[in-house]
Amino acid sequence: MKTRKQKKLLALATTMALAAAILTGCGGSKAASNESGKVYRTLDEIKESGTINIGVFSDKNPFGYVDENGEYQGYDVYFGNRLAEDLGVEINYVSTEAASRIEYLQTGKVDLILANFTVTEERAKEVDFALPYMNVAIGAVSPDSRVITSFDELGAEDAVIVISGTTAETYMIENYPNVTLQKYDAYAQAKTALENGNGVAWVNDNTEVLAFALQNEGYTVGIPSLGDSDTIAPAVAKGNTTLLDWINEEIVSLGEENFFHANYEATLASTYGMEYIEELVIEGGAAE
Amino acid sequence: MPDLGIDVLWKGKNLSRLLGGLWIALRISFVSVLISIPLGILLGIVMTWKNPITRAITRIYLEIVRIMPQLVLLFLVFFGTTRVFGWNVSAELSSILVFSFWGTAEMGDLVRGAIVSIPKHQYESAAALGMSRAQIYFDVIVPQTLRRLLPLSINLITRMIKTTSLVMMIGVVEVLKVTQQIIEANRTTSPNAAFGLYGTVFVLYFLACWLIGLLAKYLEKKWE
Repeated sequence: MKTRKQKKLLALATTMALAAAILTGCGGSKAASNESGKVYRTLDEIKESGTINIGVFSDKNPFGYVDENGEYQGYDVYFGNRLAEDLGVEINYVSTEAASRIEYLQTGKVDLILANFTVTEERAKEVDFALPYMNVAIGAVSPDSRVITSFDELGAEDAVIVISGTTAETYMIENYPNVTLQKYDAYAQAKTALENGNGVAWVNDNTEVLAFALQNEGYTVGIPSLGDSDTIAPAVAKGNTTLLDWINEEIVSLGEENFFHANYEATLASTYGMEYIEELVIEGGAAE
Repeated sequence: MPDLGIDVLWKGKNLSRLLGGLWIALRISFVSVLISIPLGILLGIVMTWKNPITRAITRIYLEIVRIMPQLVLLFLVFFGTTRVFGWNVSAELSSILVFSFWGTAEMGDLVRGAIVSIPKHQYESAAALGMSRAQIYFDVIVPQTLRRLLPLSINLITRMIKTTSLVMMIGVVEVLKVTQQIIEANRTTSPNAAFGLYGTVFVLYFLACWLIGLLAKYLEKKWE
């Protein structure tokens, strides 16, 4: 009896060892050497590898999106292309979601995030922000049939739509804890939710809500600017000073040729019109 | 006919991008299924043992898979392994690992159920005919088990295909993500594209799962 049990145990052990070998074998072959605990790649390491990994949005027109030919486009991407050109490396754009941007940097899966990333104190504890290249505040858009101009007028059953991991979500939780939030992971889902009337208003960056109201008939921006104006900046992994310093120098020198104004004209003007250019663009990293 | 915005599919490479996304979703599920079935069969056999240790281990494994949302598992493997072990597992490989981990557990439980459901007299009659233990297993029990397993595993496979929509969260650009990208890129020119494109995705998922169902029906007839 004992021997049969032992046989079974042996068989089980072999099966599990086999499974473990398969699992670790797959993972191990791609293992990165990180003995020092450093997850990021320095400027020299990026140059040496010949490719920079940049995390961008792939469904946030006009900041980061993919056109019909499968090419990344938008304000963030225009900047990313220039950075890679001046660095002399190829670009690998990685499609990120709002909620996982920090995680991508902290695990070294991307070198740089250019995904409409708003600078906040909490985030600055987790990642290092470079000089800003855009201004942003929070706004709310709602259908014409019931324009929300203040969150105090919301009833108990009125939900407000936000995208998880955005500044709008944090702002709402801190300042309006009583408002019911409906959280969506992707931009497209939040948009569909507003269109379907799942929530009474959509709180997001004001550029987003302005553009949304301009492009979609029947929607009005009832709250154009909530709270303090924030900035959008590139972010790198905490401690990656070589890359951070290089990007900062690059942003300053690009300011001399008015690069971000050209970027705005090429990518954002068709969405926001030229009248918002001075409010939205930060040139040379100099925020007011 | 109302404008469903399906015409954006003919713009540039949109259609081939969409099909490419479907291929990625199917590739992840098929590779995972190919890993899950043999491992699941082994696991299912182990699960029928009366040994308390193997029972406890398989039970815990199955419960972990059932309780943990697949999204949490995806984040654990994709980001967690990098944080803890410094492994840089690619997003697609992470998806395959998670789906196999999940599929093996569920498959194992299906196999266990199918084996247990074979009446005892099948074993006894085979033994009475003088068959060895191996012969009983592979000539009598396994063929009957496989036939019972087929509809159940098809259900699991189609569930896996549908769950691939989660892998966009770790950066895999599969069919649903491509759809969202196309909708967003055309949101000014074709605001109705959402309906037409989600409809197209519905048809694509339906076709994929339906074809697998057909194959299963064919096999079921053949093995009768």
